[in-house]
Amino acid sequence: MSEVKILVKRFDPDSKRVYTSEYKVLAEDDTMVLDALIHIKNEIDRTLTFRYSCRMGICGSCGMVINGKPLLACQTRIKELKEPIVVEPLYNFNIIKDLVVDFDIFIDYLKEMKPYIIRQEELKEIIIKPEELEVIANPSACINCMLCFAACPVFGYDQTFKGPATLALLYRYLMDPIDQAEEERLKIANDKDAVWKCSFWGECSNACPKGVDPAFSIQRLKLMLAIKSLR
Amino acid sequence: MDKIKADVIIIGAGAAGLRAAIEAARIDSKLKIALISKVYPMRSHTVSAEGGAAAVIKEYDNLDSHAYDTIKGSDFLADQDAVELFVRLAPQELLNLEKWGLPWARDENGKMAARAFGGMSVKRTFFAADKTGFYILHTLFQRSLMYDNIERYDEWFVTSLIVEKGRFKGLTAIDIKNGTLHYFEGKAAIICTGGIGQLYKTTSNGAINTGDGMALAYRVGAPLKDMEFVQFHPTGLPGKGLLITEAARGEGGYLLNNRYERFMKKYAPEKLELAARDVVSRAIYYEIKEGRGFEGKYGAYVGLDIRHLGKEVIEKKLPTVKEIAEKYAGVDPYNELIPVRPTMHYMMGGVHTNKNGETPIAGLYAAGEAACVSINGANRLGSNSLTECLVFGALAGRNAAKFALEHDYLEVNKEEVLNEEKRIFEGLLKKENGISASELIYELKDIMEEKVGIIRNGKELEEAFASIMKLKEKFKQVSVVDKSKIYNTDFIQVLELDFMLDVAEAITYSALKRKESRGAHYRIDYPKRDDEHFLVHQLIYKTEYEPRIEFLPVVITRWQPTERKY
Repeated sequence: MSEVKILVKRFDPDSKRVYTSEYKVLAEDDTMVLDALIHIKNEIDRTLTFRYSCRMGICGSCGMVINGKPLLACQTRIKELKEPIVVEPLYNFNIIKDLVVDFDIFIDYLKEMKPYIIRQEELKEIIIKPEELEVIANPSACINCMLCFAACPVFGYDQTFKGPATLALLYRYLMDPIDQAEEERLKIANDKDAVWKCSFWGECSNACPKGVDPAFSIQRLKLMLAIKSLR
Repeated sequence: MDKIKADVIIIGAGAAGLRAAIEAARIDSKLKIALISKVYPMRSHTVSAEGGAAAVIKEYDNLDSHAYDTIKGSDFLADQDAVELFVRLAPQELLNLEKWGLPWARDENGKMAARAFGGMSVKRTFFAADKTGFYILHTLFQRSLMYDNIERYDEWFVTSLIVEKGRFKGLTAIDIKNGTLHYFEGKAAIICTGGIGQLYKTTSNGAINTGDGMALAYRVGAPLKDMEFVQFHPTGLPGKGLLITEAARGEGGYLLNNRYERFMKKYAPEKLELAARDVVSRAIYYEIKEGRGFEGKYGAYVGLDIRHLGKEVIEKKLPTVKEIAEKYAGVDPYNELIPVRPTMHYMMGGVHTNKNGETPIAGLYAAGEAACVSINGANRLGSNSLTECLVFGALAGRNAAKFALEHDYLEVNKEEVLNEEKRIFEGLLKKENGISASELIYELKDIMEEKVGIIRNGKELEEAFASIMKLKEKFKQVSVVDKSKIYNTDFIQVLELDFMLDVAEAITYSALKRKESRGAHYRIDYPKRDDEHFLVHQLIYKTEYEPRIEFLPVVITRWQPTERKY
């Protein structure tokens, strides 16, 4: 067990003040950044504000920037970080308070993607071979943690861009073996603020804690649109 | 203060809440559905469910078998009419999700693949890797975006229900983002707020599982049912409590003690590692107590061995097990045992409902883990809870929608709301120089873990009850350090603690009054099941003093209680 220094970049919404708090916590080999923040909240500073819940990297609540990288705090070991550890709210979003950001913009864009199966006729029995599911396995693993939005340079300067996770989910439904809305979905992809705004930095795929590859999904959508336009 | 009107108000947006919302929304597009959750829907704890969802879909299976397994698993405390309804509606719910795009694992013929699970006599647990809850939650959430008549209130915290003469009429809620209190008028409401894991020190549950909905109902006179039945999952990571899914054993994993023996053969000679969860958890408890555990930094544990399953099974079917073992325990599951120990996992008890999801308060419904129908009785079988959320979420959604179509609004009078505003802001937020909520939460967790855990006795339960009463007194001195109205999690935690204390009271008092051992409720002073006196549900009512217990007979249709053996 050893003492580590954690600097948290904070925002006080009442005074609109941006400031940094410094905390010292004891860390063991298996202490995560989230464990340290919970400890600070409970024992040192009740005003420190952040979101978290599952502690196991699946609910997507505790995304934040740690030592310059967007990460899930519950999966980031203190011992693997350089000191001092600097924790910031996710980039590219408006900050509500401390480490809590407003990502309603994602929910609005997600709704535009029509993230549900669309079919004309009702299905009787569904037969899908395991290999047919492979194409959607990757994009469907998105936990909506917003790390890719924080990492995306395009979204950083242009918030009208629909964003990586969103477009990966669009691709996921487009490729679903039982979905029948290809035309409609390609139209959504072809929107001026959708796939064509992506300039393929690939930062989204690097940032994803679940191995989702939005960059790939987006390039596939571009390719499909290109092929369609040649037909 | 703003008033919001909605025909059906749903509290909680996990699997049960979302399923209820979709059902109510599609019954009549003119119905306005308000979906309130203290977190964004995709953060709900359904997301952490791993193993799968049970239903009779395979040709080799039958409804009676699923019903009997569930009833036996419940140690005969489940209501058999409710269980029969549950198993009958279950298949359609899973097939609905299939049509809604849920990527269920498939077999080589392209059909939904099933895996073995504890207490289930055939393979009937359907899954999507070991992230079934994640896929269910996201499929439902994304599907819910289809309906324009579902209005979401994300990150709103419900502080009280408003009931008049036995009929629901509204509630109050804080918009966490700006700290303002609003009130809702509703024709019907459904409580879908999930479990209570945060009452315990070691739990698989997320930080949000604080039993809010149970306390909300309890406070307005709705009884809670079977609150003494708290499930400890056999395989949690020591210290952290994180869940290693039962699917690890369903796929063939072993439990080993420090002599590398599969000790379950002593406790459940036939089903071994796949006995009911209460049986396996107690077995681990005894192995450790008798010195046959491995020693670790978080105390003794037993080993979960999945090495022999091979790389492909682990990668394809148990990726989360691998991830948790590697990231959180620092263990390589291909070559090492995963350290496990029981962890508080699930609440069998909850808001008392009948099989239509109705509570005794007209217009008030409950579904999912927050409710107690009861299909789970004294012990829930793994993979029945996701299905329960779907079946009874849909049912409650449908019935609440019908109720709303047949009834009018009752006006909420301003007085009631102003009192609540005063209680919250004057009584709690503005109080100075008290003790911090976290201090009391630690104390509560210690009491529950040590005295209301896997193995109980009357003396300790009495001590625990007395300590909880003291904590309730002490709660009056709690103050909020953060005085901001905006996104004040210090304040929200105080409100949660207030709820947790009521739920702890109900659990401990119910446990004290059930003088027998059944399912997850094991008392060394009454080590036998006592059908003569306790083949009953316990309803607990809040009173000004000690809670009041009423008995409700268990509904038995076709299966007489017998000794439970695995």
